[in-house]
Amino acid sequence: MDFSAINPVTLIASLIVASTPILLAALGELVVEKAGVLNLGVEGMMITGAIFGFAISVTVANPSLAPGLQPWLDPWMSPWMAPWLGMIGAAIGGAFMAFLFGLLTQYFLSNQVATGLALTLFGLGLSALLGQGYVGLKPPSFPKLDIPALTEIPYIGPMLLNHDYMVYVSLLLVLAVWYFLKFTRGGLVLRAVGENHDAAHAIGYNVTRIRLMAILFGGACAGLGGAYLSLVRVPQWTEGMTAGAGWIALALVVFASWKPWRLILGAYLFGGVTILQLNFQAVGVTIPAAYLSMAPYVVTILVLVIMSGDRSSAPASLGRVFHASH
Amino acid sequence: MKFMKTLATGVAIAVGLSGAALAADKVKVGFVYVGPVGDGGWTYEHNQGRLAVEAELGDAVETIYQESVPEGADAEAVLTQMALGGADLIFTTSFGYMDPTLAVAAKFPNVKFEHATGFKRSDNVSTYSARFYEGRAVQGLIAGRMTKTNKIGYIGSFPIPEVIRGINSAYIHAKKVNPDVEFSVIWAYTWFDPAKEADAATALIETGHDVILQHTDSTAPQAAAEKVGNIITFGQASDMAEYGPLPRVSSIIDNWAPYYIARTKAVIDGTWASTDTWDGIGAGMVGIGDISSAVPADVRAEAEALRDSIASGAYQPFTGPVNKQDGSVWLAAGETADDGTLAGMGFYVEGLTGEIPN
Repeated sequence: MDFSAINPVTLIASLIVASTPILLAALGELVVEKAGVLNLGVEGMMITGAIFGFAISVTVANPSLAPGLQPWLDPWMSPWMAPWLGMIGAAIGGAFMAFLFGLLTQYFLSNQVATGLALTLFGLGLSALLGQGYVGLKPPSFPKLDIPALTEIPYIGPMLLNHDYMVYVSLLLVLAVWYFLKFTRGGLVLRAVGENHDAAHAIGYNVTRIRLMAILFGGACAGLGGAYLSLVRVPQWTEGMTAGAGWIALALVVFASWKPWRLILGAYLFGGVTILQLNFQAVGVTIPAAYLSMAPYVVTILVLVIMSGDRSSAPASLGRVFHASH
Repeated sequence: MKFMKTLATGVAIAVGLSGAALAADKVKVGFVYVGPVGDGGWTYEHNQGRLAVEAELGDAVETIYQESVPEGADAEAVLTQMALGGADLIFTTSFGYMDPTLAVAAKFPNVKFEHATGFKRSDNVSTYSARFYEGRAVQGLIAGRMTKTNKIGYIGSFPIPEVIRGINSAYIHAKKVNPDVEFSVIWAYTWFDPAKEADAATALIETGHDVILQHTDSTAPQAAAEKVGNIITFGQASDMAEYGPLPRVSSIIDNWAPYYIARTKAVIDGTWASTDTWDGIGAGMVGIGDISSAVPADVRAEAEALRDSIASGAYQPFTGPVNKQDGSVWLAAGETADDGTLAGMGFYVEGLTGEIPN
């Protein structure tokens, strides 16, 4: 056992990378649930985002893959554009899947649980189909924040200030969602729809449209989370590569009691203990590997359950079907 | 409602019967996979074997498969469904399907089952596996010669004999060419989770390991190693040539096609019987992928010589003197391990650190 082999700087840097996909996906689901909709299709939207982001990124970076597109792509060939276009494509892909869900549950009033599960299965299948030509390709590397004065700060620099831009985008998104839900009129309306859709409807808000917008945002976030996996964290395309991350994101929303800041805590705790246990194993810590392996789940649940002692509860209309005639 | 139910049952029976009548002239072969067919590794190669059966036997067979079937109780439902669906022969391609396979086989005595990498058989359950540890010996040699930090990382999936054999074999042969070498094993507790596999590879790299061996199914560790640079990896189950010449310097390739074709033919001919097959490099079930240009010529020649001596049977990777981790003698000088001990291997050899989880 040699703890000195574990470098806390790289450990924390890896932890942040490992946490970002579930943070993004959970943030989207939080907004959806705040609007009173339970979308269990996070996994399906994530994996769709993963392949959309990967395919677009790789195609833009290697125009030879799509000769027909070449004249269109040339102006976009800067190394900056490929990853960002990939991320935007991933958000659109995720939102497209979410749109299907929204259409079925909000307009055709289908069961949200069943539709969400179907969305996961559909996403896994669709992404496998779309991804057939992309196995074994290497995506362009994602641009990193690299401001010499900041990056060179001892410890803090490489730990926190030298990540790919998506890490900061995800944190800014959390901030934005928190601000939106807490301080804006739009956020108040969205929460009203989630707490009591009949009352919101009675005072003239279009419940269905507000929910659909929340669902689209949720899908876009899940898509970003998926693309973060395929473009930054792994980085490659493999069928089924989300491997349950969407379900962890779903659980995280509940354990974070629908509070954006707790999502950061939960996601980083989960990612952190995951990375820590792998590092412990790598240097041969004598704790049995089975305990180390279950630690991320146990620690995250424990901490968040203890924190949720303030009786924050689920949005009252969560998962209930709304129809204006009722 | 009752009428509808009766009608539905009637239709179901009629469809079932016509299905059975149609299927009578074709042998239906089912495959149960632990990951997706596009994993680029283990399941990919099993699916290549399935496609080879279709190509070879054409109209005489019909194949079906189910991907990403969890190990354990869920597998029983999938197997039962396949057997009820008229499958004549079912290949269950992961260790964790062992007990479900036997349980379902007992209920369907007329269906033949083949379980990969297990050790429990019955009248209608065969087992088959490949001697991957032969390939691990070649990897160990290359790893021992190529490492600069003398620290080699190994991503294990589950602590089962199959994986432990690979670790032991790689370690013995790395140590033989480089006495200073140390192994660190990370148990991922999954066969397929690209993000976790990549994280495990990254953790090993960040703690100073410059050679990564993997016993998980996806190409994610290769991608993680490529991202860092100057790391050496080996393709697992499949060639993973797209990550060569660096980080992937060689690979173990599983070749199930000849076996799958032979066993399907046996069902067609009516000669199928429960057996235990365990073939290695010599029989072609285990292939060693091209050793890339990143490996110096002398190391390459040494590795190929080892491969050839294993293939010819002149050398067995577990040849004494070998001690167990606790220092007790396992194999005396010149003694080779018997298949029984290898099949149930639950201990590390001397020099490996850490404990095998239960």
